[in-house]
Amino acid sequence: MSGTTAPVETSDAAPVGVPAGAEGESLSAYARRWWAGVRAGELGSLPIIIGLVLIAVVFQSQNDRFLTAGNFVNLIVQMAAITVLGMGIVFVLLLGEIDLSIGFVSGVAGVTTALLMIPDGSTQLGAGPAIALALAAGAGIGLLQGLIITKVGVPSFVVTLAGLLAWNGVVLLLIGDKGTVIIQNAFVIGFANDFLPDATAWIVLVAGIALYAGLQLNGFRSRRAAGLPAEPMSLIALRIAGLAAAGIIVVAVANQDRGIPYVFLVITALYILWTYVLNRTRFGRHIYAVGGNAEAARRAGINVDNVRIACFAICSLMAALGGIILASRLRSIDTNSGGGDLLLNSIAAAVIGGTSLFGGRGHIKSAVLGALVIASITNGLGLLGLSAGTRFVITGLVLLAAVSVDSLTRRGRASAGRA
Amino acid sequence: MSNKDPILELRGVSKSFGAVQALYQVDFHVAPGQVMALVGDNGAGKSTLIKCIAGIHPIDEGEILFDGEPVSIHGPKDAGKLGVEVVYQDLALCDNLDVVQNMFLGREETSSLRALEETTMEKRASDTLASLSVTTIRSVRQTVAGLSGGQRQSVAVAKAVMWNSKVVILDEPTAALGVAQTRQVLDLVKRLGDQGLAVVLISHNLHDIFEVAHTITVLRLGQNVAEFKTGDVTQTQVVEAITAGALSKVPGHVQAEVTA
Repeated sequence: MSGTTAPVETSDAAPVGVPAGAEGESLSAYARRWWAGVRAGELGSLPIIIGLVLIAVVFQSQNDRFLTAGNFVNLIVQMAAITVLGMGIVFVLLLGEIDLSIGFVSGVAGVTTALLMIPDGSTQLGAGPAIALALAAGAGIGLLQGLIITKVGVPSFVVTLAGLLAWNGVVLLLIGDKGTVIIQNAFVIGFANDFLPDATAWIVLVAGIALYAGLQLNGFRSRRAAGLPAEPMSLIALRIAGLAAAGIIVVAVANQDRGIPYVFLVITALYILWTYVLNRTRFGRHIYAVGGNAEAARRAGINVDNVRIACFAICSLMAALGGIILASRLRSIDTNSGGGDLLLNSIAAAVIGGTSLFGGRGHIKSAVLGALVIASITNGLGLLGLSAGTRFVITGLVLLAAVSVDSLTRRGRASAGRA
Repeated sequence: MSNKDPILELRGVSKSFGAVQALYQVDFHVAPGQVMALVGDNGAGKSTLIKCIAGIHPIDEGEILFDGEPVSIHGPKDAGKLGVEVVYQDLALCDNLDVVQNMFLGREETSSLRALEETTMEKRASDTLASLSVTTIRSVRQTVAGLSGGQRQSVAVAKAVMWNSKVVILDEPTAALGVAQTRQVLDLVKRLGDQGLAVVLISHNLHDIFEVAHTITVLRLGQNVAEFKTGDVTQTQVVEAITAGALSKVPGHVQAEVTA
């Protein structure tokens, strides 16, 4: 032993991760820290919420039917398909990849569901099997595209661009000379056209709030028990109260009109499911890791290819579900199913909501908020009687504005060392 | 500390890539609580040696002993099981994940419902950083993108130490760091040794090595040329060994082609 080791100077320093006074940190301290974060570019959902308020104010001032119960229920039904497709595309965008095929994959699923249920057809199935087959077809398409992207090494842009063309062709081939197929199955139509009874909606709401409160308090208690800094109790109470207030307003307003559409329950369930998967499971963590630094993920023993394939499968599965919801809302399918601006609106929804196109950043709630923005614009301009041309121009400008805000705040984050 | 038996010992290890003899009859050892520096010019075989230990390259000849027992390491997983962790120069951290998420990446703890045990993981990550006296990281819930080079190095080292590792190999940990950051990392290396871990430190900076290492192994053209105790030599003597150390065995002309 050579004895050159200098004495250790700093071994008695304070432990890391426990800021002084963390135990009793007050609400105002939290608010101050949040505001400091906002100023450094950690805007979170703030710009989009301000944007929604602006949209509501502008359209309401032009047409006083915008903020009515009836239009509110319409809006929920109109945003449903974009939201579901947007949730799926979030998984692919998190990897830094793209899926251009989701529009026509949703078309394939909608057409499959409708064709399998034609009453006079030889293959008439019940709603359950027809939907299951359509969803399986969607997942299968995603699996196939994911395998080509990872195992053959073709860029996702090219594979899904080919998919866009091919699945458009499949939609046309499936429909053949039928033109338009009317859906007559009450269950499938009920998705987007039936409403929860008032009392049921209230019961579901109370159960949901109780569940959320329970989870929040449980998290608080386990952090306290482990001696980790926990959020102040008042903040948790505020958050629960906020959710309860939002839920009560939604249910009360919707019940003034036709009620909560069943598709709203579907979206809520999907939101909870995928948020759980992304934030609370190992698989979700690995998606973020692959999107952030694929090489680091590989060295950490993560099977990067499997994560990629699974994300493309989830994306196509969600597209298929969105296609069924769209078919349900329109009560029919035709040769345009899955076409038009569906694909671009879905991707725009995820991006407007704050999901990065470069991977590693984004949430399921991005898709919901972004879809709300896009559906509000479409709905509001429709009420004003403006043309599709005006609508596209305005949606395009909103997309540009949202991404510009993101780019500017990213620069702010970089200079504040938060990236 | 050199009176302890080595935890990791290599005897007569050779490795060639085609005609290039990257390692020839190399002996190497490190004991618990010892900081062993591995030095040599570019192409001396330092990287090949640690890759053999980490299981990335299989060895052609010789044997590897762990705790006195011969072992065969066929992959990074085998090395991990033995308690050998390598901190590579490019740190393999995900910028978009926070400190805890990075430290547990690929080895997340889950409970029922396959939910991540965030509280347990955060506690363990905080405790590990605290045990290494890493005090510069404000919150373990901040993303790695916002950390300085020294802090990132600390996270990478803590990640390696957390898994009950016995041997930690650091590949040029101070290469890209400024003065204050280098100081943080060198203090950290010292503490690893003080906690009874065997540390292998690869560096080109002799000043750093003389500060933290107990012993120095010098490689030249794939062979051992010297092993020093840092108290017994001057930097000049080490430089001489690196550039002109006597090659005891000359296996052939191909040997001279080992470059970069």
